[in-house]
Amino acid sequence: MKFSGFKVVKEALTGHKGWAPLWRNPAPKAEYDIVIVGGGGHGLATAFYLAKTFGELKVAVVEKGWIGSGNAGRNTTIIRSNYLLPGNQPFYELSMKLWENLEQETNFNSMVSQRGIINLIHTDGQRDAYRRRGNAMMISGAGARLLSRDEVKQMLPFLNFDNARFPIKGGLMQPRAGTARHDGVVWGYARGADARGVDIIQNCEVTGFRIENGKVLGVETSRGFIGAKKVGVSVAGSSGRVMAKAGMRLPIESHVLQAFVSEGLKPTIPGVITFGAGHFYVSQSDKGGLVFGGDIDGYNSYAQRGNLPVVEDVVEGGMALMPMIGRARLLRGWGGLVDMSMDGSPIIDKTGIEGLYFNGAWNYGGFKATPAAGYCFAHLLATDHPHEVATAFRFDRFERGYVIDEKGVGAQPNLH
Amino acid sequence: MLIPHPLLGLRDSQEFTYLGDAALMQRPDPAADGAEAAFCDYVFLRDNPAGVHRELWFHEQGDRSWLVVTRDTTTHEILGAELASNLKLGAAQ
Repeated sequence: MKFSGFKVVKEALTGHKGWAPLWRNPAPKAEYDIVIVGGGGHGLATAFYLAKTFGELKVAVVEKGWIGSGNAGRNTTIIRSNYLLPGNQPFYELSMKLWENLEQETNFNSMVSQRGIINLIHTDGQRDAYRRRGNAMMISGAGARLLSRDEVKQMLPFLNFDNARFPIKGGLMQPRAGTARHDGVVWGYARGADARGVDIIQNCEVTGFRIENGKVLGVETSRGFIGAKKVGVSVAGSSGRVMAKAGMRLPIESHVLQAFVSEGLKPTIPGVITFGAGHFYVSQSDKGGLVFGGDIDGYNSYAQRGNLPVVEDVVEGGMALMPMIGRARLLRGWGGLVDMSMDGSPIIDKTGIEGLYFNGAWNYGGFKATPAAGYCFAHLLATDHPHEVATAFRFDRFERGYVIDEKGVGAQPNLH
Repeated sequence: MLIPHPLLGLRDSQEFTYLGDAALMQRPDPAADGAEAAFCDYVFLRDNPAGVHRELWFHEQGDRSWLVVTRDTTTHEILGAELASNLKLGAAQ
């Protein structure tokens, strides 16, 4: 079944009887070439690119709950490639390019909307730092614009420009950044992978790994043993507890990150706005809700819910930046689990166990990375070599001293 | 979250800053064989358990003591708190 405008019109005129489920619901087979653990955006993107780009035929994705029920449904749907360091920025720019072509590639409306992101500037020092970041972005091809205070005022007249503590002096804009529809991304990749023969096995929890002589033979699951030549774990947020089943300790702590959405409003906010000084960022969904968040709670957590002090902190940031937000009612708030790594950057790498591969440590930035993480993890699984833009995302970078520390705060995960 | 400070009673966790796993109190011996690898594990690797976790909290806006708090990371329930200095003394004896 191919989606098109013609198909929509045809179904509208014939009683919508021609729509079919987007993917099968197969029982697990005894063995696959590659088993992906985790049916989130990353796992499904990995399966999609394994099948489509790398020609892998026997691939399965096993998921504890239903696909997209973890962090893929708990983020704030922002896509951007405005990083600084050479180990990171080319990777996120590849992701941005894949986002730009995602809907054509998957034939699914993922509602990718390039409405731009603006990081606000409050001091001369911050302007210097953002000018440097903007240059790094332009070198990678991501594009960047340094905005004056007047330019920001023209685009975002509702902000409080004369806050006594953090007056707005300008902004760094990436016009190609924006948002995407999180479920649309999951469903698009799932449908595309399924159509190419990938088995998506839901309600199938991995309870252990079968490892003999340092080589992985498959995964033990709640639906029985599934043999595999290679196993790729893509469960960011829960990496610690899943990899512990393989006896691994990781350079990761699990933390909780909260996000919020207001009632639906008329179009108000043109793009994504970040107020780093006040721990607040906001965008507006296509449905009209203001989607916003701030910092992580800051202590180890697997609870998928946060506590009130961070709610207060985020809302204070919102009120300081755009006082009009005080008139909107809060509709929902939620918490997602994030793998906070020791340098704030991800890991896509082999492990010390033959045939066991790992994709995780996405901190609070996993959603925007979905296409490139899938592509690069598929590349690693299929060829045993890292993709050229993901060569820095290695386990051994910590002991070798090649950390990718965007914030420069060291091995202190709750500060990244 | 309210942390039951052994000296001050229940205190709001907002008064504290968080450091992480209480295993950080056991710093490796820098003169031992294989100290480099031991320090690499000490600095970068964590057990990160889902469940009971012993962790270091610093009472920054209080009496500036370090506490070892036992907390369930799946529910945020706090199961106890001890002065880190007492544990350190106990370990030294």
